Amino acid sequence: MFRRNLIAAAIALAITGPAPAQDAELAKIREEIKQMKEGYERRIDALEKRLAEAEAKAGKAERSAASAETAAASASSRPTSEGAFNPAISLVLQGTYARTSQDPNTFQITGFLPSGGEVGPPKRSFGLGETELAIAANIDPYFRGVAIAALAPEGGAEVEEAYFQTLALPAGFMIKGGRFFSGIGYQNEQHQHTWDFQDAPLAYKAFLGGQLKHDGVQLKWVAPTNLLLELGAELSAGDRFPGSDRNKNGVGGSSLFGHLGGDVGSSYAWRSGISYLKVSPQNRGYEDLDSLGAPVTNSFTGSSRLWVADAVLKWAPNGNSTVTHFKLQGEYFRRKESGQLTYDDTAGSNLFGGPVSASFDGRQSGWYLQGVYQFMPRWRAGYRHDRLNFGTVSNGIVQSGLGPVAADFPVLTPHSPKRDTLMLDWSPTEFSRLRLQFASDQSRLGLTDNQFFVQYLYSLGAHGAHKF
Amino acid sequence: MIKSLKCMLAFAAWLAAQPALAALNVLACEPEWGALATELGGDKASVYVATNALQDPHHIEARPSLIARARNADLVVCTGAELEVGWLPLLQTQSGNPKIQAGQPGYFEAATYVVKLEVPRQVDRAQGDIHPGGNPHIHLSPYNIEKVAVALAERMAQIDSREAAYYQARAKDFLVRWRQAIITWEKAGAPLKGMAIVVHHKNLSYLNDWLGMREVGALEPKPGLPPTTSHLSDLLSRLGKDPAKAVVRAAYNDPQAAEWLSARAKIPAVMLPFTVGGSDRSKDLFSLYDDTLARLLAVSK
Repeated sequence: MFRRNLIAAAIALAITGPAPAQDAELAKIREEIKQMKEGYERRIDALEKRLAEAEAKAGKAERSAASAETAAASASSRPTSEGAFNPAISLVLQGTYARTSQDPNTFQITGFLPSGGEVGPPKRSFGLGETELAIAANIDPYFRGVAIAALAPEGGAEVEEAYFQTLALPAGFMIKGGRFFSGIGYQNEQHQHTWDFQDAPLAYKAFLGGQLKHDGVQLKWVAPTNLLLELGAELSAGDRFPGSDRNKNGVGGSSLFGHLGGDVGSSYAWRSGISYLKVSPQNRGYEDLDSLGAPVTNSFTGSSRLWVADAVLKWAPNGNSTVTHFKLQGEYFRRKESGQLTYDDTAGSNLFGGPVSASFDGRQSGWYLQGVYQFMPRWRAGYRHDRLNFGTVSNGIVQSGLGPVAADFPVLTPHSPKRDTLMLDWSPTEFSRLRLQFASDQSRLGLTDNQFFVQYLYSLGAHGAHKF
Repeated sequence: MIKSLKCMLAFAAWLAAQPALAALNVLACEPEWGALATELGGDKASVYVATNALQDPHHIEARPSLIARARNADLVVCTGAELEVGWLPLLQTQSGNPKIQAGQPGYFEAATYVVKLEVPRQVDRAQGDIHPGGNPHIHLSPYNIEKVAVALAERMAQIDSREAAYYQARAKDFLVRWRQAIITWEKAGAPLKGMAIVVHHKNLSYLNDWLGMREVGALEPKPGLPPTTSHLSDLLSRLGKDPAKAVVRAAYNDPQAAEWLSARAKIPAVMLPFTVGGSDRSKDLFSLYDDTLARLLAVSK
């Protein structure tokens, strides 16, 4: 290109040369031009040779950073339009076909104060799950933003997560703020579509209302060690179960967690953790029926503390999970609630001339253990065992003979629920999954709910990165 | 009380001593970049490789150990081109390390320094697990290694400027040896020109492009999908018309499909180390290429 231009220039020079000159003079000029041209050509050749050499050497080490950047710019093929700044957008489609031997509307975990959340099995027959729309991007060099909206099948949208996260704090610190899934436990931070079963473990349903999200801030620190040690603290409004909306200034809930994790050889990876959550619910209400079958509203005010111990172990031959892999996961929950319970039957039987209140103290626990095995590409099978221990519950209203008797608190009938779940899923790619699940659920006192689910899960759009 | 204070102090001291003593902590996403960082960094760099040659770099989890390593890294060296999209972003957002965020000098993407092959004209997952930026398996062209080496040496010199001369000297030395090796490999690899092969995944495109081998089919029906019987049968009948010399897979690819086709098409199945550590003999970048060529030449006749 450069060379051609020079030749053209030389020719142009030749043509526009002094016309009235003598023949000899003309010949002389021509000769000069020819020499010039040859000279140019030689130099250009040399230049080209050097260029080729330089290129072949792919730039020696001493090549300047500037030229490397130019090379990089020409080699990369990033889009340059305004749309290049569009955030990563992804959508999760999910739905179920459910067959249950008990009415899903009567679901309760007997023995445990209800969370008020949607923790029951999906509705019978065909049902749409929540459609999840996630948008995420780095905001600037200092922050990242994530928003996840859950579109409810019955209409309406809920903000599942919407938070900012720091990217530039030094020394391993990170701050997250907004609405986010709490870092307590193991499964709590995982999105529902990445769970290995269609539903949450019973302990999650009983103690966290399925999954705990905070409106608040989280501070996390990763230790500068080769073994992962991360510590986190969260302050929140504490307005979700096990907390409740308090309409008070200050912090309503706080939690602490610590994780330790690493590898054993190249085939095993593990993580374990300890978490603590404290909230102070005010008039956390739930509906029940008294011994006559009339509606009662109960509410709890006091403090609720939860300890969680979790561990997960993953195996894949040489760390290559494409053909086979195994995941063992378990969590243990222990909750202590103490405060006041109020029994209000004024809208129903109205036997006591108004609400009745007395002290309430409960120490309850629960755990689950699950294993999921990919036995061949695309196919996984899993088993989960759930158990809740009623523990000790002292209901001051009943004990001090204020009127209502134990039969007026059917939800608090001593009961230790359990459940066994089997799962088989098929994932044509990492973006699609079909799952069969069968569970024998004894959450309700004296009743076994045989649940059969077919579930589909599809994710489209940006390739998300999933947590360990 | 004093005892526990002493314990705490000792713990703090131990924590402080944890980041490796070398000047530059490098976390390499794949073994080839780990090997390259070692070539250039010598004993001034402490290199940790996130994956091994028997792992599929597309399917790695953001394991706790990797988050811990990312926390301490001064430089993360990855392929880029969406190869690590399923796990690297988590290492960046969960490690609390501002140095390795996108756009920072501590985040190095090798694929931006080379011209990528197979850049899709249309990006649709109906075509399988394709990479919008082009084929990311760039390291089996020695010219790409050369380009990345130059850029990486510059980056190491930029981050650890006190040792800049050291990295540049090592880069010069590496490039001289590498150029000589390319001449040897190209001479030795001449018989491979035009050789038809079936690949497992489209992860040998740069090797084919360099050596002039012809890819006549892939065991995966679409990139990233496991081989199916019907696709393999189709491939087998196509090989009847357009025969291949060998069916070639990377060490991390499941051997079953390659062996199935090999037995029926009566062509050898060849396992390539694919990256450093993929075979006993591929201990560094040089021996990786030596072994790769030796394995291909063994079936080229």
